[in-house]
Amino acid sequence: MTSISFDVEKIRKDFPVFSRELPDGRPLVYLDSGNSSQKPNQVIETMREHLALHYSNVGRAMHVLGAESTDAYENARDKIAGFVGAPSRDEVIFTKNASEALNLVAYSFGNPANTDPRFTLGPGDEIVISEMEHHSNIVPWQLLVQRTGATLKWFGVTDDGRLDYAPGLITERTKIVSIAHQSNVLGTVNPVAEVARRAHEVGALIMLDASQSVPHHPVDVTELGADFVAFTGHKMVGPSGIGVLWARAELLEAMPPFLGGGEMIEAVWMDRSTYAPIPHKFEAGTPPIVEAIGLGAAVDYLTEVGMDAIEAHERTLTAYALDALRDIPGLRIIGPDSLEQRGGTVSFAIEGIHPHDVGQILDDRFGVAVRVGHHCARPLHLRFGIPATTRASFYLYNTTGEIDALVRGLHHVQKVFA
Amino acid sequence: MIGESMYQELILEHYKHPQGRGLREPYDAEVHHVNPTCGDEITLRVKVGDAGKVLDVSYEGQGCSISQAAASVLYELATGSTVEETLAVVDEFTRLMQGRGQIEPDEDVLGDAVAFAGVAKFPARVKCALLSWMAYKDAVVRSAE
Repeated sequence: MTSISFDVEKIRKDFPVFSRELPDGRPLVYLDSGNSSQKPNQVIETMREHLALHYSNVGRAMHVLGAESTDAYENARDKIAGFVGAPSRDEVIFTKNASEALNLVAYSFGNPANTDPRFTLGPGDEIVISEMEHHSNIVPWQLLVQRTGATLKWFGVTDDGRLDYAPGLITERTKIVSIAHQSNVLGTVNPVAEVARRAHEVGALIMLDASQSVPHHPVDVTELGADFVAFTGHKMVGPSGIGVLWARAELLEAMPPFLGGGEMIEAVWMDRSTYAPIPHKFEAGTPPIVEAIGLGAAVDYLTEVGMDAIEAHERTLTAYALDALRDIPGLRIIGPDSLEQRGGTVSFAIEGIHPHDVGQILDDRFGVAVRVGHHCARPLHLRFGIPATTRASFYLYNTTGEIDALVRGLHHVQKVFA
Repeated sequence: MIGESMYQELILEHYKHPQGRGLREPYDAEVHHVNPTCGDEITLRVKVGDAGKVLDVSYEGQGCSISQAAASVLYELATGSTVEETLAVVDEFTRLMQGRGQIEPDEDVLGDAVAFAGVAKFPARVKCALLSWMAYKDAVVRSAE
């Protein structure tokens, strides 16, 4: 159904990496986009051209290159605001990755210099996360709890890999709820709008780790009902070194600065400072200029292909993969077995064979790149009683033929360890 | 396809039929080592007798074929030898693993452990092979304390 509107072979031509071979003439079968995505010419060329012809520092240089660089950097912010439906461009803060965006928000709480009651935090206050989170949405909150004496609570995960959502866990004591929009292991898409409603009902704020959703689905931050949304450039055909925090302007204005330095100030005396308006209040120091511009080119690229079309294509691939993997004896899918509320990330365990051995043979013999290990979600793996999984994750440039290669590879792995 | 040669018959055999597996009494020292990047872990005990003779190495753990087979080979090589002899093997094995595939292994010292030579070409897997051997070295040091 996607073959008419979605020409995957044409898309693959945009990505130079697919024109290379691996050593020994193996074709590259890249099924690790949940880890990091490949880059199209449009992004590579935009970054190259900026570095070659327009580069200077942003926001302060009084010359032509400074103006061109600043325009391109701020223009990227406009594009990203548009891409996620941000009501204002000033609500888009550039960070170095999603982890920094999550840490930025965590550090806004329990800061004695800030008296806004939404951000005060101490013993008796609660933070709610979930057992399916990436370490980057667990550890910052653990650190916050250690600093403030607040309590960390979490939703469990059901046997079929769904959020075990219990509204009662969010109480009058909850200050913030922070959960993944889509799990990086299970592929599960969480009912975030429902959780957001509950959080707001009790006066709590809600943050979404959207690192695995923004690259793959049309996302509108206001429709989600979130207060904070974090995502990262390198998973959405953009470069590494650039991430995004979107937050409601009114909250960003009420939050204390995170990092201090150049460009985030209004005026500085020896004993105190006043701060720049958002978004620059949260962008201390020279930012990743070319990376931000590259991310702008990435959202242009994704928009031109169409996020609805990308979502539909990945859905086709996921259905195909689930069907094919189900037929492999001894293979257990860790995550939802159906297409309902799930994205194109499929993790699995194979009876008697460690994922490291699976990944090694897939790569070495078939050129199939998957991720093996706990995928920075150790508590989730502990929940399922397994040390690690093998994860295949799909993107706009993948084909059903590549899933066939994965399945052939898995049969061979089973033969080696039979 | 050099990687598949990493899976030598001897390694697969030890993985499928691990020798000396399971934690046993008595022991002088017990250690627990983990590989944080992949979650592999091992609990290992040693019992040393008169004249530094290694009476038993017992272990329990989880991990890939390389890490599990390495523990099994270690058990076979260590039990019955002296601590001093086994530490020489550990040193040679470590040298081989960290040699990026450029080192000619000393078969007389390594015995069956020479089967792991192919692993050294895969930096990501070297830690798998060394996990139990580093745990053993640690346990032996502690048993002397």
